Amino acid sequence: MNFVEKAVIMNATDMNRAIKRMAHEIVEANHGVENLVLLGVQRRGVPLARMLGEAIQQVEGSEVPEGSLDITFYRDDLSKLGPVPQVASTEMPFDVTDKIVILMDDVLYTGRTVRAALDVIMDWGRPQAIRLAVLVDRGHRELPVRPDFVGKNVPTSQREIIKVKVQEFDDKQEVVIGEVTEK
Amino acid sequence: MEWSWQRIPAEYLVANVKLCHQGKLGKRSGFIHVRKGRIEALGVGTPAIEGLPVLDAAGLVCAPGFVDLHVHFREPGQEEKEVVATGSAAAAAGGFTSVVTMPNTLPAIDNGAMVRYLVQRGKEAGLCRVFPAGAISPGRKGDALSEFADMIEAGAVAFTDDGSPVVNGGLMANALKYAKMLGVPILSHAEDLSIIGKGVMHGGYWSSRLGLAGMSRVSEDSAVFRDLELARATGGHLHICHVSTRGAVEIIRRAKNDGVRVTAEATPHHFSLDHSRCRDFSPLFKMNPPLRESEDVEAIAEGLADGTLDCIATDHAPHTGTEKEYQFDQAPFGVTGLETALGVGITYLVKSGVMDLGRLVECMTEKPARLMGLPSGLLEEGEPADFVLLDPEREWIVEADKFQSMSSNSSFIGEKLTGKVVSTFLGGRLTWRDSTENVKYP
Amino acid sequence: MILQCKDVLGLEDMSAEEILGVLDIANRFRAVFDRPVRSVPIMRGRTVVNFFHEPSTRTRISFELAEKRLSADIINFVSSESSFKKGETLRDTAENLAAMKIDMLIVRHSSAGAARYLADVLECSVINAGDGPHEHPTQGLLDIMTMHQRLGDMRGKKVTIIGDITHSRVARSNIWGLTKLGAEVTLCGPPTMVPGGLDKLGCRIEFDLAKAVRDADVLNVLRIQLERHSSRAFPSNREYHRMFGISPDVVRSLKPGAFIMHPGPMNRDVEISSEVADGPNQVILDQVANGVAVRMALIYLLSGGDPGALGSGSN
Repeated sequence: MNFVEKAVIMNATDMNRAIKRMAHEIVEANHGVENLVLLGVQRRGVPLARMLGEAIQQVEGSEVPEGSLDITFYRDDLSKLGPVPQVASTEMPFDVTDKIVILMDDVLYTGRTVRAALDVIMDWGRPQAIRLAVLVDRGHRELPVRPDFVGKNVPTSQREIIKVKVQEFDDKQEVVIGEVTEK
Repeated sequence: MEWSWQRIPAEYLVANVKLCHQGKLGKRSGFIHVRKGRIEALGVGTPAIEGLPVLDAAGLVCAPGFVDLHVHFREPGQEEKEVVATGSAAAAAGGFTSVVTMPNTLPAIDNGAMVRYLVQRGKEAGLCRVFPAGAISPGRKGDALSEFADMIEAGAVAFTDDGSPVVNGGLMANALKYAKMLGVPILSHAEDLSIIGKGVMHGGYWSSRLGLAGMSRVSEDSAVFRDLELARATGGHLHICHVSTRGAVEIIRRAKNDGVRVTAEATPHHFSLDHSRCRDFSPLFKMNPPLRESEDVEAIAEGLADGTLDCIATDHAPHTGTEKEYQFDQAPFGVTGLETALGVGITYLVKSGVMDLGRLVECMTEKPARLMGLPSGLLEEGEPADFVLLDPEREWIVEADKFQSMSSNSSFIGEKLTGKVVSTFLGGRLTWRDSTENVKYP
Repeated sequence: MILQCKDVLGLEDMSAEEILGVLDIANRFRAVFDRPVRSVPIMRGRTVVNFFHEPSTRTRISFELAEKRLSADIINFVSSESSFKKGETLRDTAENLAAMKIDMLIVRHSSAGAARYLADVLECSVINAGDGPHEHPTQGLLDIMTMHQRLGDMRGKKVTIIGDITHSRVARSNIWGLTKLGAEVTLCGPPTMVPGGLDKLGCRIEFDLAKAVRDADVLNVLRIQLERHSSRAFPSNREYHRMFGISPDVVRSLKPGAFIMHPGPMNRDVEISSEVADGPNQVILDQVANGVAVRMALIYLLSGGDPGALGSGSN
């Protein structure tokens, strides 16, 4: 199994631009940042949420509380498959009850991760609303999930893979599309 | 007349065999002439007799039928584990033609009628000579003497409460004195129960590591010491069963040097395996006395080599599979031994250079027979034709489903042994022939 | 994969990497305890059987809580001694359980080796919740987790285990785990309760309590199992306390920062004085909380859970 990159679909500037636009949309839809909190889905949703938070601060001048969500214990595919272990955790430095939660993930695909993330949030409290923000929506939903804020819509085939790279984990910031080949 | 395995003739020659007896393995091929169940003649070379059926056993060794002074045939009372018939079949398959059965049956063999019953059962099976040992005390309760003379008249050859020690030292002293008058030995299961406590394996590194209650060597050593002093004081013939510790070997050695009338036996598992075998909690390695440390294993082998220990006895102790499926601490003590004794002896004593085959065979034939006064264990003109043909080089793997015994609780399952019994003759009759496929014995 | 095995039978079988991996996951589960909802749904639809063939309250409750917090379906099977005395072997029991298609078996048994036996005959995962005096791996892990939280890297750390080593599965699991992590383990108790040969596992044996605790970073004080001592391994509770009990004087002799652990339930004023048991140097309740987390981690990991599959999110 080997990942072969086919094309860069967003470079660093594209990503910053998309996130800045999403920040504007969020502030607009919410009439400001009051009651707003940001939750990034581990792992790459977390730095993206941080970028989004910074962008919102630039727009509105006020800080939005950020947290992270680990959905490991909420997955619906408990199985022996899985690569090298990584430890992540849920950081919820605020009470989500009655907040408007912006849930941030890198790629929206089947919708199963979002389903799990919603359950995690519910186990922490009862937010007033949860909105979904994703950097890339690649289609092929298996659950009735719809994003509220999208960085870029990318039509894909199911054989393709989208990789979002962030400085923190990948020393690089870009979005690539590719395929897994059998060699 | 041709030789026929199907119908063993009344008179025949076993030719081209190396005779192994009187402590020596003959260098040249020889023969045995069997007539009407007895040895008519034997010697080296080829006899000048013609017209007899000839069993050509080229390449094999001929030894006296083996003698086991310590077997449990479980009948009566525990027929689900073994009966005299199956025990005898196991004996024959192991090359044994004489066995001494232990009296710890249910009920115990503690009177003449019971002894007579066992002898009768042995004759019905007809596969080996069964010599019962009677219980020292009625019910093996350790509080009085059984009727030794009555049992001797019925066929008993020794007395023991084996399975349990005789805790009461006064009773043991009287047993030795009384047995001396009657000319029979007392067999001692030497163990101090108060030291053993709830022990289930040898007390040492492995018991500590596995969290299993230990059985201290001191339990055996102190009990052997007591019985030896009683033998010294009474002059009775004491035979120590299943010696397992270095300490006991040394105590016996000293007593023998002092002229105490003591003999002793060791089991194949005690001169071959150590307590690390218990590491997987398999009850196939649970026996009493337990597997000890490697220095004990060496001491047992040395003791057999230098004559401190007189003979090998198997302590054949069958238990059903169900019982062996209990957990280690709950499983019964004991393993089978008749069918693996020769292989274990050759593998662990002869191949390792502790003793030669002649000496090993002596420890399994002449020596045990003589110390117990049994009419067997020799290849001699006029004696019953009890003999075995064996292949001392043959390698084989012990398999649980190949045993003649009703039980298969052997410590050696899966192990490769060298040396196998090919066929066994009791009074000239065939009692066992190895039918192992793809090996053609004569 | 953190655990390569089907079962957790003892710390003897686990590597240092596996132990540390389990502790990592256990720490993540501990974080779940602070939420309003203290369970996660990951084991939904999985059946775990708690088979306790020996009385136990704490361990069973801890396992039960761990299973509930993972949303597993639970069956408690507390066998009466009598049904076994009637002749049912452990194998019969095991086959019965297997026929019910369970996913995991937690087993407590009075016989050393019982968990291993069941693991060999059953297809499902088995966690040993204590087999006779042999091993108690979850207790060992929770003890190590508690030490690790305070001391970090265990290499060179000095742990003194005090009490009835002979009959203690807790001691054996601690010894295996701690020595693998590079800690220096000292065993202390009356010679009647410290079996020979354990020095070969890399432990120091010391019968003088003062010497045994002098440089210790942790004291792990074992419960004196009064009921096990038919042949009286010590004269009286009073004398045991005087010779080996952890009194305020013993605590004062410890080096600064050293702390005291106890697997519970405590015999107050036998192996530990009340003042110490209620004092500031003990971490006993932390052990209890860590116990649930460690058990959650093991159940999760043996069920195929693996944090490696986590958070890559995209695909």
